[in-house]
Amino acid sequence: MSSEVLPPPPAVPVPDVTSSAQALRSYLHGLPGVDAVGLEARAAALGTRSVKTTAKAYAIDLAIAMIDLTTLEGADTAGKVRALCAKGVRPDPTDRTAPRVAAICVYGDMVATAKEALAAAGGPEVHVAAVATAFPSGRAARAVKLADTAEAVAAGADEIDMVIDRGAFLSGRYLDVFEEIQAVKAACGRPDGSRAHLKVIFENGELSTYDNIRRCSWLAMLAGADFIKTSTGKVGVNATPANTLVMLEAVRDFRRATGVQVGVKPAGGIRTAKDAVKYLVMVNETLGDDWLSPQWFRFGASSLLNDLLMQRQKLSTGRYSGPDYVTVD
Amino acid sequence: MAHQKFAYAPAPESRAVVELAPSYGLFIDGEFAEAADGRVFKSVSPSSEEVLAEVARAGEADVDRAVRAARKAFTKWSALPGAERGKYLFRIARVLQERARELAVLESLDNGKPIRETRDVDLPLVAAHFFYYAGWADKLEYAGCGPNPRPLGVAGQVIPWNFPLLMLAWKVAPALAAGNTVVLKPAETTPLSALFFADVCRQAGLPRGVVNILTGYGDAGAALVAHEGVDKVAFTGSTEVGKAIARTVAGSRKKVTLELGGKAANIVFDDAPVDQAVEGIVNGIFFNQGHVCCAGSRLLVQESVQEEVLDALKRRMATLRVGDPLDKNTDIGAINSAEQLARITALAEAGEAEGAERWAPPCELPRSGYWFAPTLFTGVTQAHRIAREEIFGPVLSVLTFRTPAEAVEKANNTPYGLSAGIWTEKGSRILAVASRLRAGVVWANTFNKFDPTSPFGGYKESGYGREGGRHGLAAYLAEPGEAAGGRGEGEGELDR
Repeated sequence: MSSEVLPPPPAVPVPDVTSSAQALRSYLHGLPGVDAVGLEARAAALGTRSVKTTAKAYAIDLAIAMIDLTTLEGADTAGKVRALCAKGVRPDPTDRTAPRVAAICVYGDMVATAKEALAAAGGPEVHVAAVATAFPSGRAARAVKLADTAEAVAAGADEIDMVIDRGAFLSGRYLDVFEEIQAVKAACGRPDGSRAHLKVIFENGELSTYDNIRRCSWLAMLAGADFIKTSTGKVGVNATPANTLVMLEAVRDFRRATGVQVGVKPAGGIRTAKDAVKYLVMVNETLGDDWLSPQWFRFGASSLLNDLLMQRQKLSTGRYSGPDYVTVD
Repeated sequence: MAHQKFAYAPAPESRAVVELAPSYGLFIDGEFAEAADGRVFKSVSPSSEEVLAEVARAGEADVDRAVRAARKAFTKWSALPGAERGKYLFRIARVLQERARELAVLESLDNGKPIRETRDVDLPLVAAHFFYYAGWADKLEYAGCGPNPRPLGVAGQVIPWNFPLLMLAWKVAPALAAGNTVVLKPAETTPLSALFFADVCRQAGLPRGVVNILTGYGDAGAALVAHEGVDKVAFTGSTEVGKAIARTVAGSRKKVTLELGGKAANIVFDDAPVDQAVEGIVNGIFFNQGHVCCAGSRLLVQESVQEEVLDALKRRMATLRVGDPLDKNTDIGAINSAEQLARITALAEAGEAEGAERWAPPCELPRSGYWFAPTLFTGVTQAHRIAREEIFGPVLSVLTFRTPAEAVEKANNTPYGLSAGIWTEKGSRILAVASRLRAGVVWANTFNKFDPTSPFGGYKESGYGREGGRHGLAAYLAEPGEAAGGRGEGEGELDR
């Protein structure tokens, strides 16, 4: 996995639906609707799959390798970030076979610290993801958002998690949102021509309807998002199985329409191994094997890792350990 | 790691929760007894062809004995205050909940349906029906069936093999709540859960003779329907048998309700929520291996979205997991019997012979047992047999339409009328189309949803009468002014 790996070229050109605000609006509103009752029933049904023994062991390791281990607190310090990096590289000090996480997710000002800490911990291949664009509210002038992004990229961020302007989306100014995503994507560029991966955060809880989430998924993918992400983790409703399922269906349909594969990242509120496995089942049965890798699916989480590690210890020892058998960082 | 596959490990439910005896008798007057002529038959597991148990085969003499027992019990049972009858029903409902896991495994073994359906759908609904009708037992005056509602007497009930315990609940719960006693004959391929239900009745302390279970073949069912001492006949099953029953009881004082076949239209309009519609189509036809009388076996899809919907449907069908019914990850279990498999196979072959295009996802079927892969026929027209005849298996016929009027016309162009489905994001269209569909149940943006409070029944050859809800009670109560059966002269005649 590396940031140089780009999605395959489109099989079909992306439809030109962004020539005007009206064209984009018509296109997004022409997408099939989402029936909330049916969607939630399907998400719940997938949650009843029974994953045991070898399948469970595989799922737990896969989930660990998909984690964007996150600290996004106002109180973050360099010490806190270093500890998190060490944990991301060596999640279970008692068992070196535990996989590393995919990335460490921090605020932009901690990128350099995280990069150094990962290198020092012997895990330079673990990515650093930075939230940008006036995270979590997204309420700032575009110039500020772009500067925020450029600064994080310059500090060495491998991935940028941007928030969309929900106000613009909810007031129907889809083209503004589209152009902002494109501008942020351009700001992800590095001097050597490569660029940081762009994850676009919707804040599903604020978009509020599944129809909006579906439209927003298409909007972000049309604008060039590498990943679409459910939420910031800072509001009441974050990732849910149902709102993630809408996004999984959207990336599936988008690849079919354009040939471009986009990743999905649910974030916020996924705390247990059991929950994580349910998300993996959804990926497995909606998207299949093509998305079952850290390159195409991530969990934005902090406490999830410890529960996965405890379940992992249970599988290898046959006994439940307890919170003191995993590290608190 | 990314190159490995996320393959679910087998997750079979334990059979140890079910203690099966080698043989079972008939349940008459609170006791298990052999058939009068000592005949027996075997119940096999359709997924493995393993013999599960030997069961007594009821004949005419046994039917007579059971009806007499029910008749005798009726006097006391119908005289109980409604609140007392309600207590027994509540007790049965609670025992069913306590034994839900055992009964779910048993039903799965005997019927071949997946455990996730018996566990998540059948058993919760079975208990819900008893709870619901228990609540009505002391409120019959408020059911809208006239003042001082009276029970009919002895109900002779014959049920099919597709939902053995659920069909039992649909029939037994309202009958008992209204004050009737019952003689019930389960299907010959799925007799076991009814016999376990007999044990549930004993556990709940139900008085002797109130519920009698006769396991047997069609001859026992016919004898039960024809028996003089039966006041009410309730049947769920094929239209062919339903017609025979209607002929038998014609001109008699017996009341009848029939829930027969169906060939439901599931109509997908161009503005439907596609992903959820696909789930509804799958649930409509592949739920319970398509052994559902109200299955959405005719997909009517608007021509303008045909390709999109079919692509999505095929992709979804490819993820259906066919196999061991006791595995918690199985979506589609075994076909109930060799006879039924032969019928499905023959109709599918007729579909091909008549020019429809057959498609099934690649799926490996187990070697023993009776299996049929989920199958789709495209290019089907109203003139094809697979568009007209009930297949009662996991076979979907896809037809197309251009306008709402054409959709309604095609949907109604069937001898049946049990259910229908409408998929559209437009509320006004749901109402307009639903009011023109001649079907007992019309689901909008969902399919195969059941609830004890909601009446269920058909138009045309799908039968008459309603089960569930207040309407289901009415079928077990005498109409105002009508002499209730089972009292006075009824009993005398039988005892002569």
